[in-house]
Amino acid sequence: MTSDIILDCILAALVLAVGCWVIVVRDSFAAAVGFVAYGLLLTLVWVRLDAIDVALMEGAIGSGLTGALLLRASSRLGAKEQSAAAEQPGVMLRAVAALFSVIVAAMLATAVLYLPDPAPTLAPEAAANASATGMANPVTNVLMAFRAMDTMLEKVVLLVALAGVWSLARDRFWGARPGPRFRSDPKDPLALLAQTLPPLGIVVGIYMLWEGANAPGGAFQGGTIIAAMWLLAVIAGLTDAPPVSNRRVRLALIAGPLLFLIVGFGGLWLGEAFLAYPVAYAKPLLLVIEFAMTLTVAVTLGLLIVGPPDREGAP
Amino acid sequence: MISVADIFTVIAVSAGAFFFMAGSVGLLRFPDTLTRLHALTKADNLGLGLVVLGLMPRAGGLLPALKLASVWLLVLFTGAAVSQLIARAARDGDQDDE
Amino acid sequence: MAEFLQFASGFVSAMVVLGMVRIVRGPTRADRMMAAQLLGTGGIAALLLRSDITGTPSVIDVALVLALLAAFASVAFVVKGAREASGEPEASE
Repeated sequence: MTSDIILDCILAALVLAVGCWVIVVRDSFAAAVGFVAYGLLLTLVWVRLDAIDVALMEGAIGSGLTGALLLRASSRLGAKEQSAAAEQPGVMLRAVAALFSVIVAAMLATAVLYLPDPAPTLAPEAAANASATGMANPVTNVLMAFRAMDTMLEKVVLLVALAGVWSLARDRFWGARPGPRFRSDPKDPLALLAQTLPPLGIVVGIYMLWEGANAPGGAFQGGTIIAAMWLLAVIAGLTDAPPVSNRRVRLALIAGPLLFLIVGFGGLWLGEAFLAYPVAYAKPLLLVIEFAMTLTVAVTLGLLIVGPPDREGAP
Repeated sequence: MISVADIFTVIAVSAGAFFFMAGSVGLLRFPDTLTRLHALTKADNLGLGLVVLGLMPRAGGLLPALKLASVWLLVLFTGAAVSQLIARAARDGDQDDE
Repeated sequence: MAEFLQFASGFVSAMVVLGMVRIVRGPTRADRMMAAQLLGTGGIAALLLRSDITGTPSVIDVALVLALLAAFASVAFVVKGAREASGEPEASE
């Protein structure tokens, strides 16, 4: 169907154009807005490619949360932005960088164009073994059962990233609350939005988590939505970021990977293998793990966006 | 065999697309930030509402139709609040970037 | 019917592309925020149409998530943009 092809070409060209513009534009605020637009376009691309789980992730993290992160970085640059933009590396350095970029792009293009046909894949096996966990969504099966090790390590990587962000704090701020204190004005439409949307968003987040068993969705998508709702309340000044030394916060942060580890060692102890789920209990076990993971993802992502502790006053 | 529901869908979705066009043209052609905001929020939300209305007969049940309607209501509500915020940002005088 | 919906989806997407011109041109921050908002709403409309064309109800979930996150991103834009414009210092450093 040629209309499909035309639409695809337009979408692809648009993604490229917006991507180039985001890099080239001078003002970092404009670049952040462009980046969010880029994320939205990519979401459409993923839907077009029938990768709904990835589309959910792109819309949630790639567009919304990363846009907020970039905005925060842009506003922290503040007055230094002009001088930072004025610094330019020498012509020689830029030529070498361009050369390397072209080489990498050529290698990628060759790899894609000369893929064996049909491409080697384990997807049929993964789809065929869906009955092992009792869940119908093959993506969730792969993430939580067949490659559970990767998912667990991912969460640990997130924790390490958060520790890295926290380490950017100055010594005297360690353990304090992160981010600025936002004022709240009860007559503000922002306050209305922040009071009405989070309950809705939390329901949608839990719905995403639940749906992930048999339809596109999952713990990560649900956790991201909940994190965005919490951030909304913080931005509106309705609630404040907790001090990073808070015990309950830290417990929530490690809940996901910790539960994963416990289940993993349980599988080892029961005689099968690390992270082997006993078949009878697979689905409830996975649901418990996913629930803990959603909590961890929500807290981690929220704290990542809010930033390192930088407020005066001991917690 | 064209049914009444199909005709309804075609009319509603066409009207919705027309309003989207009106909103985008307004965004491009109106002279001022605030007028553009006005064109955008009204036309877009109406366009989305008409599209949702057109898709509801094809949704396959009451629950999916309600889901579609709730998406539209969500966009309506958030759009109303956000447009107020954007208008305030425009009024408080943000500088030209170019 | 499917062809008509395809065409409608493409048409809405084309209108959204037009709106993107506003992101590039500006001139004020509010204009860019508005264009991002248009992209969100138009994207939701295109996704809802697509869900009907391909018969996959999970695409409606993508539209739902987009609605929430686009609202969140817009709020982030407004708060950051307005704070800078009014010269209000952040409570850090």
